[in-house]
Formats: sequence, C-alpha cells, structure tokens
Amino acid sequence: MQEIVAKLEAKRAGARQGGGAKRVEAQHAKGKLTARERIDVLLDEGSFEEWDMFVEHRCTDFGMADQKVPGDGVVTGHGTINGRLVFVFSQDFTVFGGSLSEAHAEKICKVMDQAMKVGAPVIGLNDSGGARIQEGVASLGGYAEVFQRNVLASGVVPQISLIMGPCAGGAVYSPAMTDFIFMVKDSSYMFVTGPDVVKTVTHEVVTAEELGGAVTHTAKSGVADLAFENDVEAILQTRRFFDFLPLNNREKPPVRPTADPIDRQEPSLDTLVPANPNKPYDMKELILKVVDEGDFFEVQPDYARNIITGFGRMNGSTVGFVANQPMVLAGCLDIDSSRKAARFVRFCDAFNIPIVTFVDVPGFLPGTAQEYGGIIKHGAKLLFAYAECTVPKVTVITRKAYGGAYDVMASKHLRGDVNYAWPQAEIAVMGPKGAVEIIFRQDIGDTAKIEARTEEYRQKFANPFVAASRGYIDDVIMPHNTRKRLCRALGMLRNKQLENPWKKHDNLPL
Amino acid sequence: MFDKILIANRGEIACRVIKTARRMGIKTVAVYSEADAGALHVEMADEAVAIGPAPSAQSYLVADRIVEACLKTGAQAVHPGYGFLSEKAEFCEKLKKAGITFIGPDVHAIGAMGDKIESKKLAKAAGVSTVPGYLGVIKDEAEAASIAREIGYPVMIKASAGGGGKGMRVAWNDAEARDGFRSASNEARSSFADDRVFIEKYIQEPRHIEIQVLADTHGNCVYLGERECSIQRRHQKVIEEAPSPFLDPQTRKAMGEQAVALAKAVQYRSAGTVEFIVGPDKSFYFLEMNTRLQVEHPVTEEVTGLDLVELMIRVAAGERLPFGQEDVKLNGWSIEARVYAEDPTRNFLPAIGRVTRYRPPAEGKRADGSRVRVDTGVYEGGEISMYYDPMIAKLITWGPDRATATRAMGEALDGFVIRGAGHNISFLAALMGLERFGEGRLSTNLIAEEFPDGFHGITPEADTLRRLLAVALMAERRVAERDAMISGQATGQLRRSLEGWVARTGGVNHPGSVMPVDGGADVRLDDRTMAVRTGWELGDLLWTGTVDGVPMTVQIERKGTRWVLFHGGAELSVQVLTPRAGDLAALMPVKLPPDMSKFLLSPMPGLLVSVVVAEGEEVKAGQELAVVEAMKMENILRAESDGRVKKVHAAKGASLAVDEKIIEFE
Repeated sequence: MQEIVAKLEAKRAGARQGGGAKRVEAQHAKGKLTARERIDVLLDEGSFEEWDMFVEHRCTDFGMADQKVPGDGVVTGHGTINGRLVFVFSQDFTVFGGSLSEAHAEKICKVMDQAMKVGAPVIGLNDSGGARIQEGVASLGGYAEVFQRNVLASGVVPQISLIMGPCAGGAVYSPAMTDFIFMVKDSSYMFVTGPDVVKTVTHEVVTAEELGGAVTHTAKSGVADLAFENDVEAILQTRRFFDFLPLNNREKPPVRPTADPIDRQEPSLDTLVPANPNKPYDMKELILKVVDEGDFFEVQPDYARNIITGFGRMNGSTVGFVANQPMVLAGCLDIDSSRKAARFVRFCDAFNIPIVTFVDVPGFLPGTAQEYGGIIKHGAKLLFAYAECTVPKVTVITRKAYGGAYDVMASKHLRGDVNYAWPQAEIAVMGPKGAVEIIFRQDIGDTAKIEARTEEYRQKFANPFVAASRGYIDDVIMPHNTRKRLCRALGMLRNKQLENPWKKHDNLPL
Repeated sequence: MFDKILIANRGEIACRVIKTARRMGIKTVAVYSEADAGALHVEMADEAVAIGPAPSAQSYLVADRIVEACLKTGAQAVHPGYGFLSEKAEFCEKLKKAGITFIGPDVHAIGAMGDKIESKKLAKAAGVSTVPGYLGVIKDEAEAASIAREIGYPVMIKASAGGGGKGMRVAWNDAEARDGFRSASNEARSSFADDRVFIEKYIQEPRHIEIQVLADTHGNCVYLGERECSIQRRHQKVIEEAPSPFLDPQTRKAMGEQAVALAKAVQYRSAGTVEFIVGPDKSFYFLEMNTRLQVEHPVTEEVTGLDLVELMIRVAAGERLPFGQEDVKLNGWSIEARVYAEDPTRNFLPAIGRVTRYRPPAEGKRADGSRVRVDTGVYEGGEISMYYDPMIAKLITWGPDRATATRAMGEALDGFVIRGAGHNISFLAALMGLERFGEGRLSTNLIAEEFPDGFHGITPEADTLRRLLAVALMAERRVAERDAMISGQATGQLRRSLEGWVARTGGVNHPGSVMPVDGGADVRLDDRTMAVRTGWELGDLLWTGTVDGVPMTVQIERKGTRWVLFHGGAELSVQVLTPRAGDLAALMPVKLPPDMSKFLLSPMPGLLVSVVVAEGEEVKAGQELAVVEAMKMENILRAESDGRVKKVHAAKGASLAVDEKIIEFE
C-alpha cells in the first residue's frame, strides 16, 4: 500500500503543478491566477473536495499520447461558500491552454449532473483556448454535452459563469446559457469569431478587448452582467453574490440576520421626487435606502441603465429589485431595458425570489430604431415575464406610470400582490400635455384653453386617486415609510401559493 | 419689542435668526425663491412668502419684494442676515419709507463704510490706525511711483471699488509700481467700471483680525473681543476663531477702543465688525468695517456667552445695551470651520447636488467639557443649489482652551456625515491637523504656503493607519460572523476559521487576527495587539469607540468587497482578506486609471453654456473650448494642448455631471 500511496502522492503533486512552473509564471504575468488559486479564493478555506484529479485524455494523435497532465486542464469538485454547497469547475489555462477535450468535458458534466441531483449551484471559472483541436469532433461532442446540461440545469440550480481568460467560438455558448456572466477587465474576452476572422470577412479592424472584452459585453452587448478589475475582485464579488441566491428551485432564498430595523424611516425619501415632473432623480437612492444595511448588488449596472436590476435583502431575506431609472432616458422602456428586466424577473421567478418593482415610467421609447428593432416583441418579453411569474410581487409607483408601460411594470392586473403608490404618483394613459392635445385637438392653438384643459387633466389623473378608487392601487404610502411597508408586505406574502396552468413550457416572444 | 420679524435671507443664517426670534417669542416670516420652496428656513419659520425665481438677482436681491412681503405679513422689522441686501443703503431707505425697522445700522453708517476710500478717511479722522498710504486719486504712473517711494516698499495698489482680489497688485520697486498702477486701473475699469486705484503699505505675513462691536441708539458702544480669520482661501475665510492666538490684552484693548471710536464716529448702532490687518510686530491697521452680522459671529457668541442676533433685535427695538464694556469677559476658546459643498481635491470647485445623507455631529456638551454647535440650513434630502453660496454648515466648537477646542473640532469633523453633495471636510480636518495651526502661527498666506500644489487628500500617519486597520479588521470579523449565520448551510463541513486575516491597503498586506471580547475585540496587527471597543453594528455609517483607550470616530462604509474609512481628513480603502486571498491579491496587476487626457471633461456639475469648437477643428493650447456654468459662475474650459477635435459629446444646454465627457480629441 505504501507504494500505492507514494504513487498517489506523486500523481497528486503532478496534478497540482498544472502546466508547470513556467506556465504558471506566464499566467501570473498576464495578471491571472491559476485554476486552483481561483478556487482557493472562491471557496471556504479547506472546504474544496476535488474530483477526477487523475483523469487524463485519451487522445493518441499528433503526439498527444506522450503529453498527459493529470486532471486534463480543468479542476472540478465541490465546496462551500459561507457554508453553503456549490459545485465548481475551473479551467486551467496552463494545461493545453485550458482547451476542452472529451475527458475535460466529462469532468464538467460530472459535477453538473451531481449538482442537479443534490440541488446546488454550479460556478464555472472559464479560461480556455477553445476546443482541443487534436481531438477533433470528440471535443465538439464534449461541448454539446455541456450545453445540454446547461439547458437542463437552467431554472433548477443557479449557474454562474466567470470569464477569466479567452472564451471564443462555440465555447461561448455554455456561459451564454447560464444565469449570470461575470468578466474580468483586460484579461477576458468572449466572441463567436475573433478579430482575425472579423478582419478577413468584414474588413473591420478591432482588438480582442474592443470586440469582446469585459467593458464591451457589460456596456454594449449586454451579454455579460458585471465587469471586475481583477481575478481576486471578481471572485470575492461572486462570493458576495452567491449569498443572495437560493441553492435550487425548490428552496426559498437564504436568510441572514440583520440589525437593520424593519421600520427604519427615511424622511429624506419624502423629497426624492422633485416638484417638477420633468426633473430626473436617482432611483438608486430609493433602493439603497430601503434595503438592509444599504447593501444592494446591482446586476448589469452599465447596460440599459434606464432600468435598474439587482438583489438586496429585506429583513434578512433576498429580494430582486426592478426599477425604472429616471436619470437615464427618463426611465422609459426600450428594447434593451425590456430584455434586461425580463431576464432578471424570470430568474427571480425560477428561484422563488420575491420581486419589488419601483415604477417611474413615462412610456416606451419612440422611434424607427425601436420599431425596426422589434420593440413590440422585446417589450412583450417583460410583460410576459411579469405576467407569468408567481413569486410575491410588490410594486411601488413613485411618480409616472403612463400608458402600456404602466400595465407592464408589475401592475395589479398582472397579478401584482401588493401595489402601492407614493402621493406624487400619476397613473394615466399619458402625460397631461399629450392627453389634452389628443382629447381636445380642436383647441390646439388656443393656448389659454389648452392650459385650462391640461390643468383639468392634471387635477383628475396626475394623482394616485383614480387608480386607487378602482383598487388598482392597494394603498397610498408615505415615501419615508417605504421600507416598513415593503417588509410588512413581503412578510405577508412569505407563504404565497400560486400556480400557472400545466403546460410543457410557455412560448415567450423571443 | 416686535411681534413679528421677516428674515430677508436663506440658508443657515435665516435658520439661525429664526431660532433666536422664536426663543424671544417673536413670530418669524421667511422669504424664499423658487429653488428654496423646500428649504429648511421655510419650514422653520411661522410664515413664508415666495419672492421670485431662483436667481438671487430676481428674488433675494429685490428690495421691493421684501418690502411687499413685510407689508403682506405685517412684519415690523427685517433682519437681513449677511450678504444679499444686508449692506444696501437703498434697501434700508425703502424699508424706512414703508415704516419697517431695519435690524442693523442706520443708512448713513452703511453708506459711509461702503466705500473703501471714504471709510479709510473716516477711520483716520476718528484716530483709527490705518495702513500708511495715499487715499487720493492718483493721476498717472509717475505719481504712483513717487507715492509708493514715499510710503516705502513693498506697497499694494488696489482698486477703490474692488473686492475679491480683482485689481490688486504688489510692487517692490518703482518699475513694478508703474506697471502695477497701469494694470490695476485697467482691471478695475473692466471689472467695476471705475478705474480709481489707491496705494498703501503692503503688510507681509499679515493676519486678519477683526473686532466685533455692538452699539445701541442711546450712545452706548462696546467691543466684544476679536476674531482671527487669517485662514483664508482666495479671500474667502475658511477657519475663524476667538480669541486670536496672537493678540495680547494691550493690543486687544487698543484695537477694541479704536473700533468703538470708529463706530461712534458714524453713529453706529447694532452689531458691526471692524476688520484689521495685523503685522508680525502686532502693528494693526484698519481694513474696512462690515456693517452687518458676520458669518463667523458664532465664535464671539461662544466666548462671550451673548446672542448677537438677540442683541441686534433688542437694539433695533430701541432697547439699551444691557451691559457695559467692563462686563464683557472672554471665556475659553472657540473655532469655526465652514463646511462647503466644494471639492478640495479639484481646486475647490463647487460640488453641489442632493444631500442624500446628512448627519451633523451631535450638538451640545462633550465629555471633555467642550461644546459643539452646528449652524446649518441643510437637511437630509435637501438640495445644495447652484444658485447660491454653496455653504452647507458652520461647525463651531468651544473649549476651555485652544487645544481642547481644536481637538473637539477634529472629532466633530470625523463624525460629520455628508453624502450626495461633495464637501471640504477632509480639507478642514487637514487644517486642524497642521502643526502650524496647533502653534497658532497663522497668516492669510497659510493655505497657499502649506498646500502650494493644491490639496490632494491626506495620508494617515502610521499610528492612525494602524488604528483604522484595526477598526476594519473588527468590522470584517463581524461580517464573517454574520455570514456564518446564513441559512441553508451544508452539514458535514468544518466551521470556517475566523481567526487569521490580512488587511490590505495601498498595495500592502498587514497580517492580523481578531479575538472577540465583550464590547469589542482584541485586534492583533503586524504583531501588536490593540483593544478595540465599540457598540457599532453592521450598516452603521459611524463607528465610535476606542482603540487602545483612545476615543475614535470613524466613518465606515462597506463598498462591495472593501471598507472605506474616513477619519482625520484621510480616506482609506481597505480590503480584509483571508491570508491566502491576501497573498493572491498581491499578484494582481496594478492598473493605472484610464487615460482621459484625450477628453475634455466637465470639472463640475453644471450647465453647458456653449461649445465653441466643432468636430474636426484644430485647436491650440489655451484656446477656449467650452463654457460651463455653475454656482452663477461661468467657467471657461481651455485646451491643455494643441490637437484636433474628434467628437463633441455634449450639446449646448446640456446639464453635465462631474467628469462627464464634453469633447474628445484625436
């Protein structure tokens, strides 16, 4: 047995070395950590249990038979983050450039399968040059095996992808189908075809960073959710993020004790909405002042900034926030913001996370760009997402709730559980000016008459009373009491039961 | 006594006057512009009258509106505060005509002291020591040089109608005197439409010390000691104190008596201030007289125990001063720091906006016998508007001696929480921490000398750094303990160790550990153990407690994975990591901030008045590119180097955030 143990130790040592000191040094020189170092930061100390350390590839072509590294370029296993179970795979760029072989893919599939069985999230740390070309179609098959599992796991356990190096070609589609993608600035990129192919085909000259870097994907394409400065920052933030998520679709979100009183008043919220209805204000202030300890984890902060999405806690328990942002494009809905919020709402619904919606929406963004881009279908995604979701939904209209956008934003009619309005709320088909110009078209040109009509319309609709008289609004609340009222509403809804009719799946307008 | 008075002002001074009036049982009327409809003074007053649009020229400066407001509300008297209409003779006349009392001096005194040359002549006649100089109108360069020679170099050439440093020149010889005369009168003509200049002795290492006087209508006039206001930035006072660390009783008496003589010479009534410039040899010279309540009056109130606003009201109502000169006793020391919405690290540009968090330090007595007072016109959720002076508050401390008052000020600044709008608290704290301030070696050049390249924040000294890291370690331990209580944890796992940590700041790892004890923790850092005691809870913005027995107030916020701490004027960003994560963090590349030199960025929040270059245009260094308006000031932005405009990012009329891109260069 001693001999075996010695051999085992030797194999383990070999696996731990990865691609060798030189390659590790090169990895560090690029500002990147190795696969194992990343796991050290991600998981609770001493909690990592590695699987398949001895797996090797089976390729014999192109001299690969002599080049074997135990583990084959990916470190897999499970561990804990603040005591909660998580499955991990971490690609090792120092071994064959982190390329995906059949065996490499099998290792990933194994942890995904197990995660599904026990109901624990999967975090993938991606740093791979792509397919193991020497293996050819076996490698492609490996990718597809992973894709299939991503799809089956979707909505069952949360899946988070960290892109910490190259991720190109078909490889992008595994992260693309996970719930969240985090990237590292300057050292990660994602694209289907790289700068060289782009140049050949379209003659565009573009760097990898410009084409698919962290900033591109978090601000322009919206493919990724967050961009971080470096590996350590990205991983520590992932730990922080993980604490918001339930382990699987059968569990309630985690609860963490807090000393923040549930009835904490915020008098300054009474002056958040400016007297001038056309003046913007920062909706984030409201979120930061109602969540526990001001701790809000924003998702996609740099993309479609006219809508805010992210996680906070109310009375210790995770809540998903969706809020129009009047600071950007007046908070209107457009293609990008509808898609962003729809995806977020569906994630919350899949994982039993209650949704709080703050509404200040003047309507949908007009224009040919929007119509040609298909705002009808994209806007419908958000409407669809809110309408189908069965988790507790609490809505606060802080100012404008105009037109179809009012309906979309978690209105009472879409099974909103508790719908509040602040006193400044205006729930109407449109703003007073626009409305009067339609209803009293014949009076246009008569400034005095139009002004009088506008005032009349404002008196009637620029307040929460009409909506409240119909029961579309459950109560008008004072802004300073918002936290108290939200905590109470969410508490009331804790055991909400609601089921949609049986179906194979719905047909979301894609 | 009046039943009702109107306060023709806004902000902290309006609030301060209302407080006294209320205590005296007098009803108050506030006036407000459109921008101030939700302001604190409006809320505090018994009644409020709207007087026009936001710009002060259309509201607070319109005398007729104020008179109308008085008539409408039945206010019998007006307190003008400082600034705005407080020293406008026409305003007093209008009030008089309407039969309303002005709580301040008589028109005659205001007029006499309003002109720099006239007031000097009056002062000289009243036996007040004036700066040697020539007060007549100077014809030409040659005359300027000969007068300068007579006075003795160095001399200062100043515009008669001047102020704010415009039209001022120092000359050290004949040639400079000739040049100085020419440029000063040119500048005076363009700035004030009045090219008269005068010449006086230039005092080196000058101190600004002023005497508070108070007179009634019955011929009684007293002086209430001095205030030293030497710490100024561009002629704007930053720190004031009473008494002055420089004056001896003889000089104080001499200055006080001269100030009273001047006040009597113009039949002064109410509160007024006689400003002197004081040389290193304690020679003092009359500068000017301010015929109103000064911003910095609270330090006098703190050391005399008097309420100057109350006395002004009583005097205006015809009452006699209830005390004589011999009753005026100075007790202890008081310091005032002006908290402004400005960014000290960006050359003090205005940093206005909505105040999202506002928690001034607690007022009243402190454990060491000192006192804290906050005069403010701002509240949490209020707005610091671009239309007015960006003062947020005056922070005033009193102590039995200067050192105690200084310490109290430092700690009060540590605990002054302002978010949303920018502020100069770090700069004020840096001033309090200057050795030179502690020694009382002040002069009006102090700021220029101590911060020759501007203010770039301060780095905490080793001892403070260690304490702050101990606070961060303790805070992180609390986070970790709470993290360990999250629901849904796996069984069969060992508990996570919470012992060893690394506090990482400025690229350096400081190994440490935290041992919780009752009421805090013992924190070991770099092989020294500190007793950290506090009642702090997660989420609190203020950490108060002791580190090794030394009381500390620290502003602490968790931002993502970092702790941001503010103490003693220094801001510190700390990451508390496991030792392994600390080692790995040390491997991370140091990233330089992105190169923004290809952009013209807005230096402050404001309105883009114009962009005077077009895309594709060649520009030369120094060429005007755009104008941004903020705080009533038009700021011309110029090209720093030659180049070509690639793209104009913001259009005329846009309201800009700080650092927003305006123009991109190739």
